[in-house]
Amino acid sequence: MSAPAMGTRKTAHTDSSNKKKKGPGTLAIAYLVIYNVVMTAGWLVIAVGLVRAYLARGSYHGLYYSIEKPLKFFQTGALLEILHCAVGIVPSSVVLTGFQVMSRVFLTWAVTHSVREVQSEDSVLLFVVAWTVTEIIRYSFYTFSLLNHLPYLIKWARYTFFVVLYPMGVAGELLTIYAALPYVQKTGLYSITLPNNYNFSFDYHTFLILVMISYIPLFPQLYFHMIRQRKKVLGHVEEYSKVE
Amino acid sequence: MKHYEVEILDAKTKDKLCFLDKVEPNATIGEIKSMFHKSHPQWYPARQSIRLDPKGKSLKDEDVLQHLPVGTTATFYFRDLGAQISWVTVFLTEYAGPLLIYLMFYFRVPFIYAPKYDFTTSKHWVVHLACMCHSFHYVKRLLETLFVHRFSHGTMPLRNIFKNCTYYWGFAAWMAYYINHPLYTPPIYGEQQIRLALIVFLFCQIGNFSIHIALRNLRPPGSKTRKIPYPTKNPFTWIFLLVSCPNYTYELGSWLGFTLMTQCLPVAAFTLVGFIQMTVWAKGKHRSYLKEFRDYPTLRSPILPFIL
Repeated sequence: MSAPAMGTRKTAHTDSSNKKKKGPGTLAIAYLVIYNVVMTAGWLVIAVGLVRAYLARGSYHGLYYSIEKPLKFFQTGALLEILHCAVGIVPSSVVLTGFQVMSRVFLTWAVTHSVREVQSEDSVLLFVVAWTVTEIIRYSFYTFSLLNHLPYLIKWARYTFFVVLYPMGVAGELLTIYAALPYVQKTGLYSITLPNNYNFSFDYHTFLILVMISYIPLFPQLYFHMIRQRKKVLGHVEEYSKVE
Repeated sequence: MKHYEVEILDAKTKDKLCFLDKVEPNATIGEIKSMFHKSHPQWYPARQSIRLDPKGKSLKDEDVLQHLPVGTTATFYFRDLGAQISWVTVFLTEYAGPLLIYLMFYFRVPFIYAPKYDFTTSKHWVVHLACMCHSFHYVKRLLETLFVHRFSHGTMPLRNIFKNCTYYWGFAAWMAYYINHPLYTPPIYGEQQIRLALIVFLFCQIGNFSIHIALRNLRPPGSKTRKIPYPTKNPFTWIFLLVSCPNYTYELGSWLGFTLMTQCLPVAAFTLVGFIQMTVWAKGKHRSYLKEFRDYPTLRSPILPFIL
């Protein structure tokens, strides 16, 4: 039931037979290559920052502070990916991409940044490491794909590492939200109580609990989708090796 | 009289599902569906989609066999539309919910608010007014469903009733919770605001009803004809000059009135979501009108005069 974006356009009947599937133009590809290179570099900076801070301190406590700014910058920058889908230069679903990016941004800003007391939790390191490794692989995968030079190693890594990284990230995220709960309840963070002029209320503490619960139906679906993708993308290579 | 033979194949598997011989040339698709139903009792006519082409459009119940581009042995393809439910049933269920749910909050039935408020009444008269308006709105909708509307389709997919009821019942509970809350704050501009809101609300209720009557009168009883609606002697229908779907325009107006009356954010949210959905429907309807009628008035917009 979607109306055409710019009213009723009258196209000649012959156009429909000549219409090719519209993909990204050369300019769009150049932009996307730059975008993905920058993002790969950004997450490498975060990875290096984590390693250096660990070596300097000798422990893995409180490493969040050493990469706080680049983490916020590059994770928030991923919002552009929603735009890429909306504009059509990336063939993914706007809703799916939006959902994935927003959940990352939510954890970065609405939980970790907003509740200072959780920033020193080990669970934060758990998801930051998971995100860092995942994103370095993912953005280099896109970069090489766009340049039509995808090394098998990167493809393999993209469709294999998630098996461990995804549960690791989810564990880190859930533990962090859980750790934030008592502070949110105590301070009434982001909550609105009655009475007020707009006759509306919002309890952030309850909201966070509902977010945690939502992982239960969502995580298995996304995880098994990736497993199916893995079979599809990597599956046929095993057949070739059998022939030999 | 030359009789037809009709064979019905599954659109996906192409299996032969049914063979009918000695079918009258003037038999309708509706009658053929009834015959098919006899041999396959689980597929009642409402859930049958009969087409000439496996991937083509469904034929209408009124289509006559001899007027279709088929030989004396006609081949049709069948697709199962899934369990169906009548539009009337869906409408009655989705509207009865908000009516009853709102009243439960209004009367402060136990387990909603703190026990000391059970069965108490609000001290703000706007809360009583809001209850009357909300209830009136849904009673009107129920009565229109029973006595006014003439539906093009008899049924819709069964899953729609769950989706629709969640929407209507959920929002009704959310709004009613705050309006009837012991800590409810009445509108900032007091009586002036409430009076204006009530005028807007009533005006749009009458307007919406007038449009429903005008649309009903376009269509003789039991028929599914489509005609261009035009303004009638009723001034509330003069909006047809500027808008294709003024029923949605008035519906938006009613809820804007209710939002102003209650000054409640969830009501504003419900109004916004409803507006978005009605705009999608209005644009679709407007496009259908333009496609079907060469002489469709060009001044009309789908839902908001000159704007949308």
